[in-house]
Amino acid sequence: MQTKRTVFPNKALPYFLLLPQLAVTGIFFLWPAWQAIWFSFLREDAFGFKSTFVWLENYARLFNSASYINSISITFTFAFAVAFLSMAVALLFAVNVNSMIRSRNAYTTLLVWPYAVAPAVAGILWWFLFNPSIGILPYLLSMAEIRWNHRTSQADAMTLVVIAASWKQISYNFLFFLAGLQAIPNSLIEAAAIDGAGPFKRFRTIVFPLLSPTTFFLLVVNVVYAMFDTFGIIHATTEGGPAGGTNIMVYKVYADGVIGLNLGSSSAQSVVLMCVVIFLTVIQFRYIERRVQY
Amino acid sequence: MVENRPFLTFLSHLVLILGLLVVFLPVYIALIASTRGPTEFLSGIVPLLPGDHTIANYRAMLQSGLSTSGAPPLFPMMMNSLIMALAIAIGKIVISIISAYAIVYFRFPFRALAFWAIFVTLMLPVEVRIIPTFEVVANLSMLNSYAGLTIPLIASATATFLFRQFFLTVPEELIEAARVDGAGPIKFFWDILLPLSRTNIAALFVILFIYGWNQYLWPLLITTDTRYYTVVMGIKRMAAYADAEPLWNLVMAAVMLAAIPPVIVIIFMQRLFIKGLVETEK
Repeated sequence: MQTKRTVFPNKALPYFLLLPQLAVTGIFFLWPAWQAIWFSFLREDAFGFKSTFVWLENYARLFNSASYINSISITFTFAFAVAFLSMAVALLFAVNVNSMIRSRNAYTTLLVWPYAVAPAVAGILWWFLFNPSIGILPYLLSMAEIRWNHRTSQADAMTLVVIAASWKQISYNFLFFLAGLQAIPNSLIEAAAIDGAGPFKRFRTIVFPLLSPTTFFLLVVNVVYAMFDTFGIIHATTEGGPAGGTNIMVYKVYADGVIGLNLGSSSAQSVVLMCVVIFLTVIQFRYIERRVQY
Repeated sequence: MVENRPFLTFLSHLVLILGLLVVFLPVYIALIASTRGPTEFLSGIVPLLPGDHTIANYRAMLQSGLSTSGAPPLFPMMMNSLIMALAIAIGKIVISIISAYAIVYFRFPFRALAFWAIFVTLMLPVEVRIIPTFEVVANLSMLNSYAGLTIPLIASATATFLFRQFFLTVPEELIEAARVDGAGPIKFFWDILLPLSRTNIAALFVILFIYGWNQYLWPLLITTDTRYYTVVMGIKRMAAYADAEPLWNLVMAAVMLAAIPPVIVIIFMQRLFIKGLVETEK
């Protein structure tokens, strides 16, 4: 652990300085997390009078239940669809903006604001746009003989939440891709141009490979975003439906625990999610260490 | 740009403008809907040009709200959101900067342990420990209070890391000179470190303000009293109601009011926002 060569000699002061942060961390983070782990091994009777220690039964039930397996697969579909869509669109924006000189800042300003829109608000905006009775997009789709109804079709509902979640994340990905593009030395691009490589070939053979650290970093960040920060989008629009079609894991923890009051199962799901976050955080930090060396 | 290809430049602009139209579309439609009268959604699709009910709609939402949906008027909800956003942003910055100061500028037993305890909070977002956290807050009787809305969210590993990284880059000579001149830890922090951290604090403030304003799950869990509703969670109730009855003009006015404050913050503090975004990810 790094510190300064010269430090202050006070013995008690550092503990006072750390106290607020550690108190909040202990009371509202570590203790509840421990409780979640503990509850996940318990089973309450129907009236909540007593609970018995059941070892891994909650986990066994969880991984044997069709709805949880369904939720896992939906979460993966959702997370990778959001990551792919928002990164692809953001890269397209970033490459085009990067080739501009005078208008670069104006375009950047026009693209950063969706980041500020709350997930729930983003969900409602797209929900309105796709509203089956008065929305514009279903009207346009009906001209192409496509019937849109996210209240009955699982595919439509998934498309809706993927678009809303990706829309909000475009600004973030755009800013990081733009920074990544600007870090690529111009001399490489110029050398390739002199050798006769056109803009598309330069992008494919030079720019995109050199962007790969940024792309990988964003992939992890986007998967984390889609898995954990999109609760508002799901809750404000589809509420996990229709028939569990958009019931991502984070939403299911809430639905089973807060609405269904199934403490043991919800806690077991919490612990599974904790493992996922820990796994993703480790990947993110290992990668960042490498970037520093690079 | 290494070569001049007018057609390609034109194509780039075309792609960007079309893309921007798609990005702006949902907000434009919501804005238009919020200027229309209540009967205009009964038949057909949403109109594409503004109507003349703008002031009436926004005034109705700010002052009385959708009384039938069980949500209060928007103005008090926006005030709650503002209080929550400010308290979270300021609180996170204050407790993070002092804990980073303790970790970098002092040597004491359990320093590494404290650092790791803070680090672990990164791996425990509210979403994965909903019920136990709710119980803790309920036991401390902090439900339906500003303290309950803000304090549990106030620990921040990212802000602590950011300040730690920054403090490590501050030259050693500063603390040596300060100590030679007889400055104690409080004076050094207040007169030297804090002024040096100004840009970092401002950048972090922009990010954390947006984070606080956009909180959704937490207020949803711990507020049942309408006096403590925040605007982002409040509009969900209206939207659910509007689906049954065509009050979309009012709901979209509420949506615009919920979205505008953080968007304004980002647009006017764009440089600080980008700095904050990039630095918190390091």
